[in-house]
Amino acid sequence: MSSTTANRPKVLVDGNEAAAYVAHKVSEVIAIYPITPSSNMGEWADQWSSENRPNIWGTVPTVIEMQSEGGAAGALHGALQAGSLATTFTASQGLLLMIPNMYKISGELTSTVFHIAARALAAQALSIFGDHSDVMAARSAGFAMLSSGSVQEVMDIALIAHAATLEARVPFLHFFDGFRTSHEVAKIEQLTDEDLRAMIDDNLVHAHRARALSPDRPVIRGTAQNPDVYFQAREAINPFYLATPTIVQNTMDKFARIVGRQYRLFDYVGAPDAERVLVMMGSGSEVAHECVEALNAKGEKVGLLKVRLFRPFAIEKFVEALPASVKSIAVLDRTKEPGATGEPLYTEVLTALVEMDVKKKVIGGRYGLASKEFTPAMVKGVFDELAKPKAKNHFTIGIVDDVTHTSLDYDPEFSTEVPSTVRALFFGLGADGTVGANKNSIKIIGEETENYAQGYFVYDSKKSGAITTSHLRFGPTPLRSSYLIAKASFIACHQFSFLERIDMLKAAAPGATFLLNSIYGPEEVWDHLPRTVQREIIEKKLKFYVIDGYRVAGDTGMGGRINTIMQTCFFAISGVLPREEAIAAIKHTIEKTYGKRGESVVKKNFAAVDEALAHLHQVNVPAAVTAQFDIRPAVPAAAPEFVQKVLGRIIAGEGDNLPVSAMPIDGTFPSATAQWEKRNIALEIPVWDQELCIQCGKCILVCPHSVIRAKVYDEKHLAGAPATFKAVPARWKDMKDKKYTLQVAPEDCTGCTLCVEFCPVKDKTQVKRRAINMVAQPPIRETEAANWDFFLGIPETERAALSMSQVKDVQLLRPLFEFSGACSGCGETPYVKLMTQLFGDRMYIGNATGCSSIYGGNLPTTPYCINAEGRGPTWSNSLFEDNAEFGLGMRLAVDAQNQYARELVTRLSGVLGDELVEAILKADQSTEPGIFVQRDRVKILREKLAGAGSREASDLLAVADALVKKSVWILGGDGWAYDIGYGGLDHVLASGRNVNVLVLDTEVYSNTGGQASKATPRGAVAKFAAGGKPVGKKDLAMMAVSYGSVYVARVAMGAGDMHTVKAFLEAEAYHGPSIIIAYSHCIAHGYDLAHGMDQQKLAVSTGYWPLFRYNPDLVAQGKNPFQLDSKAPSAALKDFIYNETRYTMLVKSNPEEAKKLLTLAQQDVNQQWKLYDYMAHEPATAEVKK
Amino acid sequence: MIDLSKTIDLSTTYLGLKLRNPLVASSSPMCEDVGNIRRMEDAGAAAVVLHSLFEEQIEIESDELDRFITETSSISSEAQTNFPELNTPVRSADGYLEHIANCKKAVKIPVIASLNGTTKGGWLRYAKQIQQAGADALELNIYYIPTDANITGEQVERQYIELVEAIRAEVRIPLAVKLGPYFSSLANMGRKLDAAGADGLVLFNRFYQPDYDLEALEVVPNLILSNSHELLLRLHWIAVLYGSIKADMALTGGVHSATDVIKAMMAGAKVAMMTSALLKRGISYLDTLCTELLVWMGEHEYDSIKQMQGSMSRNSVPQPKAFERANYVKVLSSYAMR
Repeated sequence: MSSTTANRPKVLVDGNEAAAYVAHKVSEVIAIYPITPSSNMGEWADQWSSENRPNIWGTVPTVIEMQSEGGAAGALHGALQAGSLATTFTASQGLLLMIPNMYKISGELTSTVFHIAARALAAQALSIFGDHSDVMAARSAGFAMLSSGSVQEVMDIALIAHAATLEARVPFLHFFDGFRTSHEVAKIEQLTDEDLRAMIDDNLVHAHRARALSPDRPVIRGTAQNPDVYFQAREAINPFYLATPTIVQNTMDKFARIVGRQYRLFDYVGAPDAERVLVMMGSGSEVAHECVEALNAKGEKVGLLKVRLFRPFAIEKFVEALPASVKSIAVLDRTKEPGATGEPLYTEVLTALVEMDVKKKVIGGRYGLASKEFTPAMVKGVFDELAKPKAKNHFTIGIVDDVTHTSLDYDPEFSTEVPSTVRALFFGLGADGTVGANKNSIKIIGEETENYAQGYFVYDSKKSGAITTSHLRFGPTPLRSSYLIAKASFIACHQFSFLERIDMLKAAAPGATFLLNSIYGPEEVWDHLPRTVQREIIEKKLKFYVIDGYRVAGDTGMGGRINTIMQTCFFAISGVLPREEAIAAIKHTIEKTYGKRGESVVKKNFAAVDEALAHLHQVNVPAAVTAQFDIRPAVPAAAPEFVQKVLGRIIAGEGDNLPVSAMPIDGTFPSATAQWEKRNIALEIPVWDQELCIQCGKCILVCPHSVIRAKVYDEKHLAGAPATFKAVPARWKDMKDKKYTLQVAPEDCTGCTLCVEFCPVKDKTQVKRRAINMVAQPPIRETEAANWDFFLGIPETERAALSMSQVKDVQLLRPLFEFSGACSGCGETPYVKLMTQLFGDRMYIGNATGCSSIYGGNLPTTPYCINAEGRGPTWSNSLFEDNAEFGLGMRLAVDAQNQYARELVTRLSGVLGDELVEAILKADQSTEPGIFVQRDRVKILREKLAGAGSREASDLLAVADALVKKSVWILGGDGWAYDIGYGGLDHVLASGRNVNVLVLDTEVYSNTGGQASKATPRGAVAKFAAGGKPVGKKDLAMMAVSYGSVYVARVAMGAGDMHTVKAFLEAEAYHGPSIIIAYSHCIAHGYDLAHGMDQQKLAVSTGYWPLFRYNPDLVAQGKNPFQLDSKAPSAALKDFIYNETRYTMLVKSNPEEAKKLLTLAQQDVNQQWKLYDYMAHEPATAEVKK
Repeated sequence: MIDLSKTIDLSTTYLGLKLRNPLVASSSPMCEDVGNIRRMEDAGAAAVVLHSLFEEQIEIESDELDRFITETSSISSEAQTNFPELNTPVRSADGYLEHIANCKKAVKIPVIASLNGTTKGGWLRYAKQIQQAGADALELNIYYIPTDANITGEQVERQYIELVEAIRAEVRIPLAVKLGPYFSSLANMGRKLDAAGADGLVLFNRFYQPDYDLEALEVVPNLILSNSHELLLRLHWIAVLYGSIKADMALTGGVHSATDVIKAMMAGAKVAMMTSALLKRGISYLDTLCTELLVWMGEHEYDSIKQMQGSMSRNSVPQPKAFERANYVKVLSSYAMR
């Protein structure tokens, strides 16, 4: 490549923005669906269109969010057929859903580019992270495939793809690595409109339009063809594929003439006389490039062939690009094809060499699946392997495969980091603004200095209390280091509590700087550091600074926000810019970032910046380690072996070191592991006031993390209780002689305060005091942890003694869902927990991908757990789009096994005895006691069959559990139920089968970051509805009601806890399909979730979310099946919605539109209530219904 | 029939503005709508005071917006943000300033803007912007409740004075200061404000007084409309201050009838402001009041409003001590006070 020219602006953008920038400029129709890590491309496009930013022809592209990627591909196909320039962005499962249309689009020789943030596919597990599994799964669809390895390449090659497709008529997949490139912020040269105009040939655009369908010159396309001609017609496209490589190269050459950067179909870098060469694509080739240069500088003769155009694979050009001196080649694929002779790039290379009659030693291997780190050390490991006389083929690099021994050894200490590059690591808390400030920092460095700059941001997998790590590099030489920083010259810890959770200084280079946000000053901080931290500071001779960021934030009106304060300290200490210049630059970015939110926000940030440095102090580091405590173990010593050896190491950040043998072979993991991950993220936790408490159980019901529990038990169990353990007489008529304890799990609480807000009790002497109150966690952590352990040892309250329909009793049911990683104050999880309390011991759960599958099933630990008998929910996530069908399949299997078991019971009556047979077959399992009795019968059955030995007896033993009633639950969010999975959900509801659907309705795509769904209400701002959603929410409940045979409930726990419990019980009892639509408050609504239940109450009292149950069983009783359970609206809609940022954002930015939409939304509410009220008063007798 | 409006002069001046009568529609949510402002003019209002621009509200709304956008960002790899970028800056004061301009376009009567600031910078900035937007005058709605026991009355008074001085130095348009009654020496405070450059005093602000919800045991916002009983406190202090300060006085709070207006004038007010009466009876009530005012003045042979203004102020009545004693004393020995 030639060097860049000087006239183009230098910008700091990530790969997604770079791709979207070009795509938006050269398209007219953009149809998308959000999916990580590509969502941002669609969001950028939508934002630019909403800002009326035109494309190069001066018109603003239309951006539409569809209901699925299948829908996006269909819309795109239509737009292309009708003559528009259309594009899309997707990844992973989304690309798989587009494949059917891709065959059509390519078969019809239609010019388009799909931009792909390449991501792993869900196999043994879902992964959101980057590799080439998705694009390789689509490689047979007839698209040309162009690969980019860096952010600059993404922008350049995006344009090359758009230009080439118009000439080639072959559609293009332009792909780059998810996260590593899509989310890496880098300083690049931005292409100008002139560049784009020069590259896109309007004549080809006109030709594209001329080929389109038009009633003015009608044709028919998309015929059905018979065996006589389909084959020939399929071959008719060949000339276009044969011409494509040349067209791409010509386009690359044209680009080089205009822009100055030369790309080739295969770009070779390294020694001209290299003997060992790697062949690869994507961001890994940047790492290899850096390593090749370093190795050659040391006198080695190695090279790298970067593949740009993977399909059509130009074999002659490939061979031409290889130096003749090459003796051995290693082909690295970032994907896995189990059972194949090799991964796709490897087999293409082999074919190329064979067909070109070139004889070289070739080995192939896999690396970097799901964003597994790929480092120069690994590259060197591959080169070292190539040098061996018997190099291992079909190898893996970057893992330890101790099962089939595919992995290569390498020296992890090998580094090619350039000494002049500054490497900084920042440890922050999700949502504390650290990432945002660091994005600004890297922009400042990139824009204000001549330095090259790179930023990459890593999140842990919990949505509450997550640790974010920002990796910032900058320096005078170009950065190809597409890997995490392992040796940092600057480390900042923005949260003091992290010091006892993770060993962050492990990554500190000797002599590095360590900046700590600390409430302890320079004189006292040392005594509060764990031993490991003290030791590393001393041994590595770190320069150690502290600042009380919270104090500065408090003094300057920033609340708890320390991001700009820490940012200022970073600039001051690092000296990357003169101090005054740095402060001016920080203030400039503050204005740019926060200016639109209001002047006061900018002013406060300015004040924080101005105050920060006065509170920054260097610490005189003592000579010796003095601490008596250390970093806490990842899991307690009592944890089971698998947790200790596998999950514990993942928690400790050592998951990369786990060998293949440590992994379950089929994605199966034990339940009940979240209990071992003691995260201690709450600064304050609730403490029970046993004197005030009325034992109503409401705090337990609403607790999103199942950290508040209660038991009623015999006094004898108090023997040996810790001194601070609390117990009072139980306030139950039938259990007066027993004790009651409400206990909080101190290390699992997230401190959301929903419990305190929902507590109905107020102290008569001081009304701010409740029966449960927030108290600082650290001083009581140890005592309460001991109390929690003692509490767990007390037997559970006998379920038979409890009424399932009373909240007061439900509190005593053991939740089989606990300590999930959901957001603090989550509105979904209380429903999930309730479901497991009621039915957990007999539940199958099919979970749609989304928030509930992430907090329900993301490693390292998972929240579904088991009761004392070892029973509990069994859980699985198939996909996003198929969840209703997936759950239905479970039901069908359970029913089929039940039917077969019943048949076998009859057949084996001789062994089992008629009495047992009859009891089993006629068992009434409509109540829990009935189910328990049936379990006992099955136990007897097992005992009787144990020695029977017949095939039928063995068969019955294998399916006997199916004789006990099972409860099938289908869980998911509104994105699934209203949009992508709606067709399947509708079919399942129509099936008549006994499944229970729980829709956790947050009214937005919560997991992928707040995109509008069809559940998003009118007037709410969401991504793809930035101007406020103009149309009302779909009434999914009434659509289900329309069948007449589906149990439907609309619930909101904060407004009707009893109602919610009742609806769950009725839904499960109904022998047919049931659907519960549960109002779930969410961070994406934008308010303090401590008030989540209050907002639910308002949602109901304003008539926005009327509570109702539609029970088809009532028809037979001559009753109206539609029961409206909430009162007529008693407040205006605005009293509810204007507490939430999703609505007020529009009020602040476009009050006229907000007013208009509010009026319409209020009309929606009025009309909906009128309809429901009418239905509720319909004289629905059995006769009428007939 | 005699057209009293031709024989009786209802006109007055307030803040240097010539008004056709002393009826001013005061700051209320009704003033948020230009249509209402037009209706007020049609019904006879001589001027209108717009609802207040609250600096605190602007700040809180911006801070909350910023807080929730930030706190919902960087939650996870998948949800790095949860809200779209704002396409346009939040409106802050822009909406209010546009409203002033729109009102000015819509009506001929003077439009008086109202401002409640929290910081000195905010007061000054918004005051200048309000002037620029075309307001005929500015009412400073100084809504400050000192709850800190360390702050003395003197400090509070100094803050008021300094604020008025600072705004006076920056702004040309007439300034009125809306006050609460809770000063140790209101007469002295009035004089100081006068000296600080206030063109008018608006007496008195009706502060928000939270109520209790005894079932929920919660403090709840309470908005009770004024009634005529509240008039007396205002009459009292306007009568006391009349003649001792240069600034015009407006009576606000408790004006519900033509006789209330007349009393206000007699005490020394230049205008009588109304909110609750209009909320209760509708904007058209202004027309009724005008008529009743004329009828009363006709019946009692008054020629003009100016004639009665201050006619029963402390210095104009034979029993000035009536304004200096508490009522029960008067009841016990009313003759002795004459």
